[in-house]
Amino acid sequence: MNGLRKMVDRMKPTFEKGGRLGFLHSTFDAFETFLFVPKDVTRRGTHIRDVNDTKRVMIVVVLALIPAMLFGMYNTGLQHFRAVADVAAQGDLWQCFWYGFIKVLPLILVSYIVGLGVEFISAQIRGHEVNEGYLVSGLLIPLIMPVDVPLWMLAVAVIFAVVIGKEVFGGTGMNIFNPALLARAFVFFAYTPFISGDKVWISGMLKGEAVDGFSGATPLTTATESAMSGALDLGGYSAWDMFVGTIPGSIGETSVIAILLGAALLLFTGVASWRIMTSVFAGGLLIGLLFNAIAAGADPETVNMYMKMPAYYHLLMGGFAFGAVFMATDPVTAAQTNTGKVICGFLIGAIAVMTRIVNPGYPEGMMLAILFMNALAPLVDHYVVAANIRRRNSRLKTVNV
Amino acid sequence: MSKTIKLKRGLDIKLQGEAERNIVQAAQAETYAVSPLDFEWVVPKLLVREGDAVMAGSPLMFDKNRPEVLFASPVSGKVSAVVRGEKRKLLNVVIEADARQQYEQFDVKPLDRSTKEDVTEVLLKSGLWPFIIQRPYGIIANPQDTPKAVFISGFDSAPLAPDMNFALKDQSDNIRKGIDVLKKLTSGKVHLGVRANDDGVISMITNAERHVFEGPHPAGNVGVQIHHVDPVNKGETVWTVDIQNVAVIGRLFNNGTVDMTRVVAVTGSEIEKPCYIRAIAGAPLQSVLKGNIKKQAEGDSVRIICGNVLTGRKTSEDGYVGYSTNQITVIPEGDKYEFIGWAMPRFGKFSVSRSYFSWICPNKRYRLDTNLNGGHRPYILTGLFEKYLPMDIYPLYLLKAILAGDIDKMENLGIYEVVEEDFALCEFVDPSKNDIQKTVRDGINLMIKELN
Repeated sequence: MNGLRKMVDRMKPTFEKGGRLGFLHSTFDAFETFLFVPKDVTRRGTHIRDVNDTKRVMIVVVLALIPAMLFGMYNTGLQHFRAVADVAAQGDLWQCFWYGFIKVLPLILVSYIVGLGVEFISAQIRGHEVNEGYLVSGLLIPLIMPVDVPLWMLAVAVIFAVVIGKEVFGGTGMNIFNPALLARAFVFFAYTPFISGDKVWISGMLKGEAVDGFSGATPLTTATESAMSGALDLGGYSAWDMFVGTIPGSIGETSVIAILLGAALLLFTGVASWRIMTSVFAGGLLIGLLFNAIAAGADPETVNMYMKMPAYYHLLMGGFAFGAVFMATDPVTAAQTNTGKVICGFLIGAIAVMTRIVNPGYPEGMMLAILFMNALAPLVDHYVVAANIRRRNSRLKTVNV
Repeated sequence: MSKTIKLKRGLDIKLQGEAERNIVQAAQAETYAVSPLDFEWVVPKLLVREGDAVMAGSPLMFDKNRPEVLFASPVSGKVSAVVRGEKRKLLNVVIEADARQQYEQFDVKPLDRSTKEDVTEVLLKSGLWPFIIQRPYGIIANPQDTPKAVFISGFDSAPLAPDMNFALKDQSDNIRKGIDVLKKLTSGKVHLGVRANDDGVISMITNAERHVFEGPHPAGNVGVQIHHVDPVNKGETVWTVDIQNVAVIGRLFNNGTVDMTRVVAVTGSEIEKPCYIRAIAGAPLQSVLKGNIKKQAEGDSVRIICGNVLTGRKTSEDGYVGYSTNQITVIPEGDKYEFIGWAMPRFGKFSVSRSYFSWICPNKRYRLDTNLNGGHRPYILTGLFEKYLPMDIYPLYLLKAILAGDIDKMENLGIYEVVEEDFALCEFVDPSKNDIQKTVRDGINLMIKELN
C-alpha cells in the first residue's frame, strides 16, 4: 500500500488550500479518507478513541441490505418469468437472478451516481467533509422502488430527497425526514401511475409483456380491494410466500427472510435500535389483533374482510418489515430518547396497519406512517426530556421543604 | 455496612501496562515546577521573582479573582525560571531545589478547638486550598462558601488507574486527619466512596460517611458518586477533594508542614516496567520516567499523558508531575495512515461496537494509540452515550443545549452535576469523533460567565 500512499501524498498539495485544484478539496478528501483512515491524532479530551466511525456504521447498514438486494434481484426475474409464463426460466435460479440483476443494477447506479454527485457538490460548496450517510440512502432508494420506474424519474427523486430532504437542513445528521422515504414519497405524489396499481410491480408488465389474464397485483392490493367482497383475496399467495418473498412488490421489500437477516446484523452490531424495531412490530401486531377482535364481534354479512385477516399477515405484507428494520430505525430521523423510541416505533406500526385496513384508497400505510412519526419524533422526545427536567426540579423542591 | 450502589452503565477499557505493585522512591530532582494550568478558571499572579528563595509551603502565586487563594511551592530552593507562553500566559514557575529541604512551619491548632475559619485560614496560607474543588463547575472552591457536603472518591476506576489502597497504604493517619479537617468546612457530612470488595486502608476508614460502589468506570468518578448519594441541585455547592490530596492536607494538620509527596503510577503500553513511584508534586517527568520508556521504531513516537488516557493532559518529557497527578500514562502516537481501515476487521483494536471483534475476547488487554480513527461528523447515532454515563441525564440533549448556548436548558438538563471527566467515555465511543469534553467545559465556562 506504500505506493498508493505515495501517489496520494504526491497529489495532495494540488488539492490543498492554495493548490491548483484547491477548490476540489472536499472531493479529494472524501476519496483519500475512503482509501486511508487519516493519520489525525487526538488533540484534546480523551487520548484514545474507539475504532468505530461513521464509515463503519454506514457500511454495516449497507451489508445488512445486501440479502434483501440479492433476493430482490432474484425475485424480479422470477416475477417476470411468471408473468410471461416462462416455466423453464422460473425454475432456473441463475436465469432469474441474472434477469433481475440487469434490471436492478441501473437503478442502483443511477441512485448512487446522482445522489453522491449532489452530496459532493454540496460538501464542496460548504467546504465540509463529504458525509457517508448517502452510502445507505443510495441503496435504500432503489430497493423501495418498483422495478420499472424510469431512470430519469429515479434521478429526479434522488435529487429531491438529497437537496430538500437533507442538504437544506445542513446535511446528514440534521435532517428531519428519512431521505430514502422522501424519494419514494416524491415519486408517489408526482408520478403516481408509476408506483401504484397492478402493473408496475413486475418487470415488463407496463410494456404489456405479460400473458393475457395475468394480474400483477400484490397481496396488499388484492386484500384491500377484497375488503368488502365477503371473502379475503390475497391474490393466491400464502403467508409462506409473503414470508419468503416470492410475491410482487418493490424490489427489496418482499422477502421477510432476507430482511430479518439484515435485522439480525443490525441488532447484533447495535447499529439499529432494538427498541424501535420491536416496538414497530408490536404496534402493527397489536392493532391488527384489535381489528381481529372487532371483526369477530361484527355482523358477518357486512364485516370488512380485511379486518379478519390474521394480524401477523400485516407484518409480512408490503413494506412493513422493510420499513420497520431499515427506515424506522434511522437514528437521525427517529426519536432520540429510549422512551421516545418505543413510543414512536409503536405508533409507526399502529398507524401503518390502521391505514391499510380503514383506508381503502391507499393500500400501503408504512411510508407515510414513518414520515409522519419522523415529524412527531421531536415532540415525543420533548416530553420525555421534560419529564427528566421535572424529576430534577422536584428533587430541588424536596430539598427545600 | 452501608448498602452497595450498583452501577451498570460504563466501560472498563483494558489496556496494557498496568503498574506493578511496588513503590519506587524517586531521587530528589534538581528542579520542580508549579503550573497554574492544573486548575480551571484561575488567573495567576506571581508573588515571587526569579532568584527569590522559597521554602516548601511558601506561596508562589495567587489567583487574581480570589487573592486569598495561594499556590505553594512544593520544595525549598530558588526560583530559577518563570516560563511564559503566548501572550505572556504563565505556564510554569520553576524552582531549583535545595539539597536539604526546609519546610515552612504553619501554626496548626488542634482540630477540636478550631473553627471553620481557623481551618480555612491554614489551608489558604499553606497553599493547599486549591486542592478543594467545588461542584458545580469543577473549579477551586470559594473559601466563603459553606458546602452542603464534601465528597471524596476513595478509588480511581479509569484505565490503568493506580490502586489507591496500595498507593496510600501507609497514609491511613493522614487520610483520617484530612477527613476530620474537611468535616470542619461543611455543614453536612464528608462522604467517602469505596469500591465493593476492596480491602485496604481506604476501605477501613471510619470517620467519614462510607458508600460502596460497584460497577465499571466511571464508578470512581466523584461526580457519579455525588449523583447517586446527594445530587447537586441548582444553588447548591458540594466540595470534592482527591484522595491523595486528602492525605496531603492531613499531613499539614499532623505535622504543620506542607509535604507534597505523592505516589504516582507510571503506566501504559510503552513503559518498560510499569510501577508506582513516590515523588514530590512538581517533579520533572524525566526523573520519574528515566529510561523507562520503551525504545520506539524509527518514525514512531509516544504520547506522554499526565493522568489517564481518558482525561489526562498531554505533556512531554520536559513536563512535570502536576499538583494533583496520580498517574502518568505513555501510549504510542497514532499518526499513521491505515489503508481502508474502516472496512478492515482490525483485530488488535478496541471498539464497544460489535461491528468489530473485540467483544470476542473481553479480557484482552490492548495497546491503543492516539489515532482519531475517523473524521469529525455531526452527531448521528443516538442512544449510545446513555450507556456510558451512569447518571439520570440525557447526554446528547445536554451537549446540544451547550452547543446552542441555551443557559436555561443547560441548567435544566443537569450541567451543575457534571464536569468534563464524566463525559470522557462518551467522547471515547462517539463514532462522530466530536470533542465532547471540550464542549462540556465550554458549557461550564459559559455558565460561570453568565451567572456571575
